[in-house]
Amino acid sequence: MSLRIETRSLSVSFGEVQAIKDVSLQVLANKVTAIIGPSGCGKSTFIKSLNRMNEIVGKATTNGSVLLDGKNIYDKDYDVVSLRRKVGMIFQKPNPFPKSIYDNVAYGPRIHGTREKTVLDKIVEENLKKATLWDEVSDRIAASALDLSGGQQQRLCIARALAVDPEVILMDEPCSALDPLATAKIESLIRKLSEEYTVVIVTHNMQQAARVSDYTGFFYLGKLVEFGFTKDVFENPKNPLTEKYITGEFG
Amino acid sequence: MNLKLLKQKIYFNFFRIVTAVVVAFLIYMIGTFVYNGIGVIDWTFLTDIPRRGMTEGGIFPAIVGTLYLTLATMAFALPIGIAAAIYLVEYAKEGRIVGAINSAIINLAGIPSVIFGLFGFGLFVVFMGLGTSILAGALTMSLLVLPIVIAATREALLSVPKSFREGSLALGATKWQTTRNNVLPYALPGMLTGIILAVARAAGETAPIITTAAFFFSPSIPTSPLQGTMALSTHIYYMATQHPNIGLVRPITYGTALVLLVMVLSLNLIAIIVRTRYRRRRNW
Repeated sequence: MSLRIETRSLSVSFGEVQAIKDVSLQVLANKVTAIIGPSGCGKSTFIKSLNRMNEIVGKATTNGSVLLDGKNIYDKDYDVVSLRRKVGMIFQKPNPFPKSIYDNVAYGPRIHGTREKTVLDKIVEENLKKATLWDEVSDRIAASALDLSGGQQQRLCIARALAVDPEVILMDEPCSALDPLATAKIESLIRKLSEEYTVVIVTHNMQQAARVSDYTGFFYLGKLVEFGFTKDVFENPKNPLTEKYITGEFG
Repeated sequence: MNLKLLKQKIYFNFFRIVTAVVVAFLIYMIGTFVYNGIGVIDWTFLTDIPRRGMTEGGIFPAIVGTLYLTLATMAFALPIGIAAAIYLVEYAKEGRIVGAINSAIINLAGIPSVIFGLFGFGLFVVFMGLGTSILAGALTMSLLVLPIVIAATREALLSVPKSFREGSLALGATKWQTTRNNVLPYALPGMLTGIILAVARAAGETAPIITTAAFFFSPSIPTSPLQGTMALSTHIYYMATQHPNIGLVRPITYGTALVLLVMVLSLNLIAIIVRTRYRRRRNW
């Protein structure tokens, strides 16, 4: 079992507000790591610190380090563009671009210089298959991505992220805008993806964390309260706060 | 009748009348120019040079002059304005400096056009030695329409959802790739609307070119940007106030005004059409 991401005393603040404090956590390769916790606990900030998306907002200050395959991604000379290529992200609300299904998946490869149509065709088909969307859209990949259902759109976004060949996939509450059936599809997809990729998923849905993840971290007020095997965290929490949250006493 | 309802009725009718007055004035104004101007407009009027001390002939040099001035103005204002807006929206970190720049741009839009005229005269005509020329006039007017172009581009860029940018950046695209491939294409129709309005503004401006580019009379079409030119707006002004026989040339004044009015209103109409089509097509 190899280590893919390690955060060391990671703190992120937006202006005066400290969103996460002193988080040290390890993400193992080809495992699904879930981050749970009540709203505003910093779980979203945490996951966005793993591909430096926080700095897009502007005023984020990050302290501590995030090691990806042993290298600190917050080092001055670390190339943030190559980082985001290696660490893909799925957002809370499906955000397909207003282009065709094909062009959505081909967007990343094109950005990175792939021009030949035969190569792109192959990438598009392959990744739509990986995202279990191919069978539903193979006859209309030239149609607008916005005509797809919410669940299909989210799987399209997954295919789009996979198309640039990442190592890690971050998912920020990927099912919060979806119905139960679409959620079930995404969840089984997550399990499948972990064979090839490392997945970190933020979720407010504890059953979901229990169903899809190997490891779970519980965040509260910006701090990592507990981290361990999902089974242990849910069945045998060490911290009374975790137990309270899991049993639904607050949230 | 209930007092409240009566009050409401009175207010609504008042508003209705005020609106009607505004519309009536607009129609009356356009009507006046159409009524008084349509008679002199024929093929000769549009294609001939002014003759017999500008009491006869046409306004061809003024039409061409206005086209040249407008095109040259946009040639300066578009690249600079669009680039500035892209910088302000996509690159500059929000803060005091960007706030200051934005309010400077808003203030620039509020400066009277005659001030631009004087400034352009001092800087471009005299100091830079461009003389009374299309180039000097276009540079002056580009300063005037720059805030319009920047504001329109800014609004159009801001109307593109953040998620388009995040989605693209998360795939490892650079900021510029994201702007070029996933923001600008969706901002373009909105930008176009604002740009057309800026063109209409440039076509109609008078004060900035009186001091920098416009000739009272010129029988020929300018062949170089360093030459001055007649223009529709200034022609109207000169014919209405400076011509030795104002009464005699009144029909020509009205005719010229109608030509300019049609040009500017057509541009506005195009802007409206672009906007409605884009709103209908926009699906995000």
